[in-house]
Amino acid sequence: MKKIIKNIVEVVSIPRLIIIAFFLFLCISAVFMELSIAELMSSSLVRICMNGILVLAILPSIVCGTGPNFGVSLGILCGLVGGLTAIEVGLFSYANLFTAMLFSIPLAVLVGYGYGLMLNKVKGSEMMFSMFMGWSAVSVMCIFWVVAPYNNPEMAWPIGRGVRVTTALRNIGLDQILNNFFSFKIGDITVPTGLILFFLLCCLLVWLFLRSKSGIAMHAAGDNPRFAEAAGIKVDKYRIVGSILSTILGAIGIIVYAQSFGFYQLYQAPHWMPLAAVAAILIGGASIKKASIANVIIGVILFQGTLVVGMPVFNLYTADMASMGEITRMLMQNGIILYALTQIGRGD
Amino acid sequence: MNQYMNTIKNYATKNVITILFLGLSIIFMIVSGMGGHLYATDIVNRVSRNLFLVLALIIPVSAGMGLNFSIVTGAMVAQAVIIAVTHFGQYYGHWIFLDHWGILTCAILVTPLAILVGYFVGSLFNRTKGQEMITGLILGFFAAAIYMFIFLQLVGGAIPMDNPILVLSQGVGIRTTIDLSGYLRYGLDDLWRVELPIMFIVFGVLLALYRVVTFIRAKADRVSLAQLIYSVVLALIAVGVGIGLTVTDSVYRTVQAPAATWLVIIAMCLFITFFQRTKLGQDMRSVGQDRHVAAVSGLAVNKIRVKAVIYSTVLAAWGHIIFLQNMGAFSTYGSYNQVGFYSVAAILIGGATVTKANIGHAILGVFLFHTLFIFAPSAGRQLFGDAQIGEYFRVFVVYGVIGFTLALYAWKTKMQGKQLLSKKDS
Repeated sequence: MKKIIKNIVEVVSIPRLIIIAFFLFLCISAVFMELSIAELMSSSLVRICMNGILVLAILPSIVCGTGPNFGVSLGILCGLVGGLTAIEVGLFSYANLFTAMLFSIPLAVLVGYGYGLMLNKVKGSEMMFSMFMGWSAVSVMCIFWVVAPYNNPEMAWPIGRGVRVTTALRNIGLDQILNNFFSFKIGDITVPTGLILFFLLCCLLVWLFLRSKSGIAMHAAGDNPRFAEAAGIKVDKYRIVGSILSTILGAIGIIVYAQSFGFYQLYQAPHWMPLAAVAAILIGGASIKKASIANVIIGVILFQGTLVVGMPVFNLYTADMASMGEITRMLMQNGIILYALTQIGRGD
Repeated sequence: MNQYMNTIKNYATKNVITILFLGLSIIFMIVSGMGGHLYATDIVNRVSRNLFLVLALIIPVSAGMGLNFSIVTGAMVAQAVIIAVTHFGQYYGHWIFLDHWGILTCAILVTPLAILVGYFVGSLFNRTKGQEMITGLILGFFAAAIYMFIFLQLVGGAIPMDNPILVLSQGVGIRTTIDLSGYLRYGLDDLWRVELPIMFIVFGVLLALYRVVTFIRAKADRVSLAQLIYSVVLALIAVGVGIGLTVTDSVYRTVQAPAATWLVIIAMCLFITFFQRTKLGQDMRSVGQDRHVAAVSGLAVNKIRVKAVIYSTVLAAWGHIIFLQNMGAFSTYGSYNQVGFYSVAAILIGGATVTKANIGHAILGVFLFHTLFIFAPSAGRQLFGDAQIGEYFRVFVVYGVIGFTLALYAWKTKMQGKQLLSKKDS
């Protein structure tokens, strides 16, 4: 028995056990406080699936060996440009959604390619570089949003120039369009069928890709670059493929996120998104070098679940629940990244 | 002739960021159309406010730990102590909590706390060797959460504090902005202020004296002769400008430089120079050059690294006190965030790299960085009709410079590794 427990602790690791225990504690207190469980379940489902694809975007970059993609904001920015362009063209509802993705994917391929080239030049310090790359891209795009030639009254400032900080999607018919697709109710729990299906579809596609010939080659390139090189796999090429895939998923992820949230958030909004996405996959059991689809799903459920259930529970405990939610997020997110950093080079 | 061209080319490739910024600053200066007097007031203020913080980065770089983003933890400790001292100042009104005595109290109180925090940070760095920079960065965010938890949830609740000026109206949590005017504001700066032209003259004389002494000590070799000539020319210019401004009774005489702060900064520069010659400083340098060789030759590598972080954290805490007393008011949950990024960007602009940083880099960097910061908004307004663009540009500069330097460094080490390999092959 002792051995089994020891094994579990070793496999799951203490920080993750703390997070799981905390999540369970929150759930139990929510039950005892007689909070509306159905409501919590519904909003958890939405939050988990809307963040899921952004977390999934981290997976290819870990698999291909460039480490967790702290620069996934590049993909997010591509998605935002695609989304705004689709609005500018004047499309509505589903046409808008898919055109947004259609516009952003070629952009993401291009950006991801350049990004991958750069990552190949800075082997060994990809994490640090990608983080600052992402942040500088966000600030460059801040300038772009001011000077961008978008004139649709839905998003442009009525006076002056530039795009507004948030663009509401209600009038475009994009607000919760995936969430409401065939959504149904089990008791009081609303199931956002379209959103869940779309997230699972993305997971399936990535899973299929990772099992294809190039997916396996990418795995090998990330796992042991020298060995892969000796076996005739072009490591640098597969690192670029991984970066492109990560950027594309980031672009699609933000569009799905925005349609559920109801707004495109511009300017500083993408600044912190990569950290949350990286933290989620690490909570799910990934390390800096190894990750799988299961890590993505478990991680996003634990991370977003804790945040959703935490809010109303904190409300009853503390004077200032908004800040407590924020503090929990920061502690979990940065704590798990720190833990993952201490595990580098421990044969994990 | 060709040889000179090569030297210039070498110098330019080594200092590409510094040269770029010099150029950019000059362009912005011309475009912005800002008055020299306004600029002088601002730059004197900003450089004296920030330089000490940037100096805190030098020691960890020499110990091979890269740019220490975790100086934000030092800044947080400093803020905690400043909040406490302000509270006591408002509560008791005793002279030791006010003005320059208050600053001294802060500096004394903050030291043991910063040593403790530095010890923890250093121990964490020892578990993430080779990844110190990103660890420091993430650690800063993690520490911010703990800081917020203490000052938003505990103070007023679990930690009793009865002060309606500082505590939020609900009785728990510190207000989001804290005003220091009347308590610690200008505590150090106002101790002794001197007209700017006189500062110029004093600096010129000090610089010349320092160089002459080092020249005599170095037994007059060629390198130090070049340095001597360079410095004496610089000193003469400074003295000349100073005397000229005084004699002509120009408006620049109204710019009051905080001489007391500068004395503290000069003392710290001397300390760092002295420190790097001590046994500990030398040990740090050998750890920085090669950890494994240092370990084999009997140095306690981990201990030395922890000590480097402790020094850096204490200096950062003191630096943040200097920073805040000059600002006069600060955002309780915000002002520490920028400390790491801004200081690192400043020293990099001065020509430092991940493995090399000195006092000269810090001074030049802070000067150029803030010159750009002062001019960017008005240059943005002039060029694009929007001051906001200038603001975004400054943010970009901070992240861009750090990212670019990191990339350049990683690329260079990779190339060097390749060259070594190919040499071995041939």
